[in-house]
Amino acid sequence: MRRTGKFAVPGVGGRPATDLPVLLPFDRARAAGPDPMSMSRWLASLPPWTPAAIAFVILIWPLTARAAYTYLDALGALWRWIPFITLHGFLFNILISFLAMAIGTCLGAVVGLGQISLKRNVRRITWFLTQLFRNSPWLVLLFIVLLALPFEVNIGGTIISIPGWIKAVLGLSLPIMANIAEIVRGAVQSVPTAQWEASESLAFSRRQTLWKIILPQCFKRMIPPWMNWYAILTMATPLVSLLGVEELITLSRQAMEGENNHPELLVPFYGYALLIFFAYCYPIARLTVWLERKFAVKL
Amino acid sequence: MPETGWTPDQPMISVKDVHKSFGTLEVLKGISLDVMKGECVCIIGPSGSGKSTFIRCINALNDIQSGSIKVEGQEVNDPNLNKLELRKKVGMVFQQYNLFPHKTAIQNIMMAPILVLKQDPAEVEEQARQLIRKVRLGGKEDSYPGELSGGQQQRVAIARSLAMRPDVMLFDEVTAALDPETVKEVLVTIRELAEEGMTCILVTHEMGFAREVANHIYFTDLGVIVEHGPPSTFFTEAKDPRTKEFLSQIL
Repeated sequence: MRRTGKFAVPGVGGRPATDLPVLLPFDRARAAGPDPMSMSRWLASLPPWTPAAIAFVILIWPLTARAAYTYLDALGALWRWIPFITLHGFLFNILISFLAMAIGTCLGAVVGLGQISLKRNVRRITWFLTQLFRNSPWLVLLFIVLLALPFEVNIGGTIISIPGWIKAVLGLSLPIMANIAEIVRGAVQSVPTAQWEASESLAFSRRQTLWKIILPQCFKRMIPPWMNWYAILTMATPLVSLLGVEELITLSRQAMEGENNHPELLVPFYGYALLIFFAYCYPIARLTVWLERKFAVKL
Repeated sequence: MPETGWTPDQPMISVKDVHKSFGTLEVLKGISLDVMKGECVCIIGPSGSGKSTFIRCINALNDIQSGSIKVEGQEVNDPNLNKLELRKKVGMVFQQYNLFPHKTAIQNIMMAPILVLKQDPAEVEEQARQLIRKVRLGGKEDSYPGELSGGQQQRVAIARSLAMRPDVMLFDEVTAALDPETVKEVLVTIRELAEEGMTCILVTHEMGFAREVANHIYFTDLGVIVEHGPPSTFFTEAKDPRTKEFLSQIL
């Protein structure tokens, strides 16, 4: 295919005079794949005064004309409830996120390393687990775990009940596991194979090579995407309110019921939830993006 | 390591009719050569002639399809080969140095003796400091590879390999990635090793070096050894037209 137009220079303008991929014009939009850290990057790019803006919107929300219950009354109600929904609700969200992240990270490390196992069956099973839990809706996973696990187990005569929030933690840790597995696999594979060869030629075993040579090199590279997933997980914790776990959103709803469900309550209460999640995740996102820049690969 | 009945008067490395393919592409088409203990052998030839592939077969980084490679009597082309035991005896230095970037120079040297040979760390450190001085890098012990020049990195890589006290050293185009000034410092190190009696196999493009240091030179092209001989006659009395053409381009 040959073109003799005005702009026939490949990569500069017009249609390229070649099918060779290296000579095709640079396509910025397709040059990079989907960004694995888009969440943190977006969050970190917001200005620090964003919470003030949210608070401002909450405060000046147009007052619906109801003589009996004003918007000011609603803000007063929120003020009374803030200590309770924060200490009993939001801190519980944080606890759930910590536990789900811890479990998800441990399992994810195992599954991720399983994907580079020398045993074919281990590779297949871990690949399947990763794809299954990465690509399933979180809410569906949560409900499956909720309904599949018994509410109590009988171990040698002692009955141990499994509260709903434990199941919620397990349910949330599954997609985290799968995504951490991908981070681990990707990081290990980002180390040049020459490092494996150099290590092998020094008579290191495969296990020693992995733990002493390869993983120490890519450990830092895993931290920013790992934190990105922590922020995503934290913001997903309100999902567990659908399982009846008494976290921030559940308690906020109960508080609003306690205040007779005035519609004026919606914006202050949910606005507060938005604010507090932002206040928690924003510093994490800034740190994530900063660390990513600091750990940028230099080979 | 099983008893092989090898004695130092037999070839330390004995290669017979080695064939190696990548998919349908046959890279080695019957390579045979012997290397005695203490010998320094250079393999030269045009790019793509299978030199690097061959040298990587000796420490089982590449497997071979047929033929036999014996290192001190131990068959490398054996499915039950204990690769770790083989690699303790065969050191290798690469074109791209391949130092571990997260470890300092001295840590690079100390890792394998401590972790693989389970030697006493204090003794290993003493030995590593000697090796660093031997490759003329005294004072660079605590530098990271990223802080060293190519030639310095390559000498650390040589010291790292020597720390395992191998019986034979393989050098895979170790100066090909270096700039001309630093090539010399690496070659000096290798020459000293050869003069001390280390068995060396070098894949190289440094003809002057091969002429000076090698006991025997092999010329490969298209997966076979076209011609070989001691340097005294190899460069002057080449018979094969391919060798002549190659030498005329290089020299």
